[in-house]
Amino acid sequence: MADTDTGSFKIEEEMNSRRRFLIAATTVAGGIASAAVATPFLLSMMPSERAKAAGAPVEVDISKLEPGILLMVEWRGKVVWILKRTSEMLATLKVLEPELADPDSEREQQPDYAKNETRSIVPEILVVEGLCTHLGCSPVYRSEIAPADLGSDWIGGFFCPCHGSKFDYAGRVYKSVPAPTNLFVPPHVYLSDTRLLIGSESKETA
Amino acid sequence: MNRLRIFLVILCLLPFAAFSAEPGMPLDKAPIDTSDNASLQRGAESFVSYCLTCHGASYMRYNRHRDLDLSEAEILERLIFTGQKSGDLMLTSMRKKEGEEWFGVVPPDLSVIARSHGADWLYTYLRAFYRDDSTVTGWNNLVFDKVAMPHVLHHLQGDQSINVKTVSGEEVKELQLDVPGSLSVAEYDKFVADLVNYMVYLGEPAANDRRRIGIMVMIFLFGMLGLTYALKREYWRDIH
Amino acid sequence: MSKPLNSMIGWIDKRFPLTSNWKAHLTEYYAPKNFNFWYYFGSLAMLVLVNQLLTGIFLTMSYKPDAGMAFASVEYIMRDVEFGWLIRYMHSTGASMFFVVVYLHMFRGMMYGSYQKPRELLWLVGMGIFFILMSLAFTGYILPWGQMSYWGAQVIISMFGAIPVIGDSLSYFILGDFTLSDAALNRFFAYHVVTLPVLLVTLVLVHILALHEVGSNNPDGIEIKENKDPVTKIPVDGIPFHPYYTVKDIFGVIVFLIVFCGIIFFAPEFGGYFLEHNNFIPADTLKTPDHIAPVWYFTPYYSMLRAVTVNFLWIDAKLWGVILMAAAVVIFAFLPWLDRSPVKSIRYKGPIFKFAMAMFVISFFVLGWLGMKSPTPLYTTLAQIFTVIYFAFFLLMPWYSKIDKTKPEPKRVKK
Repeated sequence: MADTDTGSFKIEEEMNSRRRFLIAATTVAGGIASAAVATPFLLSMMPSERAKAAGAPVEVDISKLEPGILLMVEWRGKVVWILKRTSEMLATLKVLEPELADPDSEREQQPDYAKNETRSIVPEILVVEGLCTHLGCSPVYRSEIAPADLGSDWIGGFFCPCHGSKFDYAGRVYKSVPAPTNLFVPPHVYLSDTRLLIGSESKETA
Repeated sequence: MNRLRIFLVILCLLPFAAFSAEPGMPLDKAPIDTSDNASLQRGAESFVSYCLTCHGASYMRYNRHRDLDLSEAEILERLIFTGQKSGDLMLTSMRKKEGEEWFGVVPPDLSVIARSHGADWLYTYLRAFYRDDSTVTGWNNLVFDKVAMPHVLHHLQGDQSINVKTVSGEEVKELQLDVPGSLSVAEYDKFVADLVNYMVYLGEPAANDRRRIGIMVMIFLFGMLGLTYALKREYWRDIH
Repeated sequence: MSKPLNSMIGWIDKRFPLTSNWKAHLTEYYAPKNFNFWYYFGSLAMLVLVNQLLTGIFLTMSYKPDAGMAFASVEYIMRDVEFGWLIRYMHSTGASMFFVVVYLHMFRGMMYGSYQKPRELLWLVGMGIFFILMSLAFTGYILPWGQMSYWGAQVIISMFGAIPVIGDSLSYFILGDFTLSDAALNRFFAYHVVTLPVLLVTLVLVHILALHEVGSNNPDGIEIKENKDPVTKIPVDGIPFHPYYTVKDIFGVIVFLIVFCGIIFFAPEFGGYFLEHNNFIPADTLKTPDHIAPVWYFTPYYSMLRAVTVNFLWIDAKLWGVILMAAAVVIFAFLPWLDRSPVKSIRYKGPIFKFAMAMFVISFFVLGWLGMKSPTPLYTTLAQIFTVIYFAFFLLMPWYSKIDKTKPEPKRVKK
């Protein structure tokens, strides 16, 4: 093309730049259009209004909670444990600290208001998701002391039967077990002394 | 070929010409404006107090009413009386069996009633109840003969009766207000207009979003039209 | 093209015929340069197919094929699923637009004789696509389980009952029950989302392969392959499909999308033609709606089904109606052998053929219009007259296409 006379070469060149511009503009516009079309399709896969309604905060009456008895409630299809700890149980927390992987709750497994020695708002009452942080099994509440299967050192806590992870009465994980972190404390708030709301941090009931 | 195209266009429009000529009871035009949030809010309140007792709107969630510029707290206060949560569906408190015993039929769900019957039909229907001793409920309706539903709004509208006259050989049915209700005729029409407006919204809550997004899509497509036409012309210069 | 890209393509080409296919179907597929307005609808049908597959997959994620839950699950999509309303309207509007573009695509073939030798097989594959599309539309329309879904399906399934001897057993076999019920809904769902789409996509690929073997017809109905450049062996009236027809089709796509999106966003029910009002009432097995009509694209055939009112030759009217309706669809497949004209395009055909074609188009539209109306004695008579015209167009074609006075075809395509 370059060896034809300069006049026609110039026209060809102009056409090419116009063509290139139009192709680029159409491609960009087409890309925007594709992204715009993809957006609603991807958003449609997020939890629907029905799922959100089912995952709404759960209100729990804790007035009849017996010390040492584990209460299980469902929030967003997951089990949440509520345990009113006895003073003996609370006493074990300090004792076990050297055995734990994260005794001071440094890892973000709880809201700030539960980042304390008992990992709770009210010291006695533990609110924690009952799902092992290893692979999602639900650990078992084992309050007996020195049972045959857990050994003579066991002074109570939670034990995961799937892969053997151990947690204390604050949901803190032992060292040298498969689970990497402490149990997760869900957002919760006390509406009154006896009414606990799980899944929300504001007192306005939804 | 041009004549052929005109001919095809006319043929395509044929069904529309026919559609408007469908016979039936003349309906009043409902003044619908689903962008009027105040009207929709009034309609929603009337709906939950009058309709929801017997009818469900069981595909609709209470918290969806944020579309109508209502906050979560306002929804709880103004629309929910039965202790439900805001994420719940608008179910009726009446059981199906009770409905069958009381009215002979289960009152239909109203979620999409405006889409099956149309706004004008609902607007006319809710204003066309009259006293009729021959029916079980003592009520009848001009656009829905022998309807099983009693006139729930009669204390607002008052009691109407029917006048059948013969004008030039044709039977003409007219309604007259015998006992006025707590609302004047104009107020009652407004009340029903708000209610029907709400039911139109209820039939398709996404409709306002749909039109809003549609305008943006159309603007974009017209831009694309110019661009792709220029591109096509640019390439087709090679051919001619 | 950059070096790494070239070497990567070279690597692939040694293992998969990428470049050769790209050339064979796009850059070195030579299409006649005189395509007009009517030639947009093939690529548009592909676009709608992709739209239906994509939106269909996403609808399947939330739809429940259960007689007790189907209607509610559609409203769940419309309300609770984020942008579910858009996906549903894209699918419902796409269904109607599929028929719009396919009917226009078929009409194009009829006008320019695209079914004639050597494109008979291409036409037959196209007819297969048309049958599957109708089955898809039928099975899809049942899924929302509204009043029209239910009673429309009831009417269609009853047609099988008209077949002598095996009719009843056949309809039980199709329904999996003694009546239209959950069992049928569940299996129609399976056909709609698996069986039929797989067949459709396969046949569309075969259709394109067949087209690229024989080459595209054109408004002049002459073979561009008969006039090749002696040196390059490229048809002198042919141009590479890519980029010329790709850029042209992209423009066509935008025009189509303006119409398509206009309907989706501003008139998704399309006045009750695309989404019927009565289908917003959940299926009630005890109460037929006052007036039932199929969706617009089936109404011409539906008219013919209703048009037969007399028993004839030991066969009762009901069965004749079914036979006629089936024949009205199948008869398109015989066009390659019914048309005896020496020319392909309507441009060079004689006045009789043009008149016959016009009568066919009129009868198709009038029958379609009648199919939406409740039958009255006048309408039934009209339907009978236009059914006769409809069939006359096909059945008399061997005669009138032969005696018709044709014009000579040009040697080169005209612009």
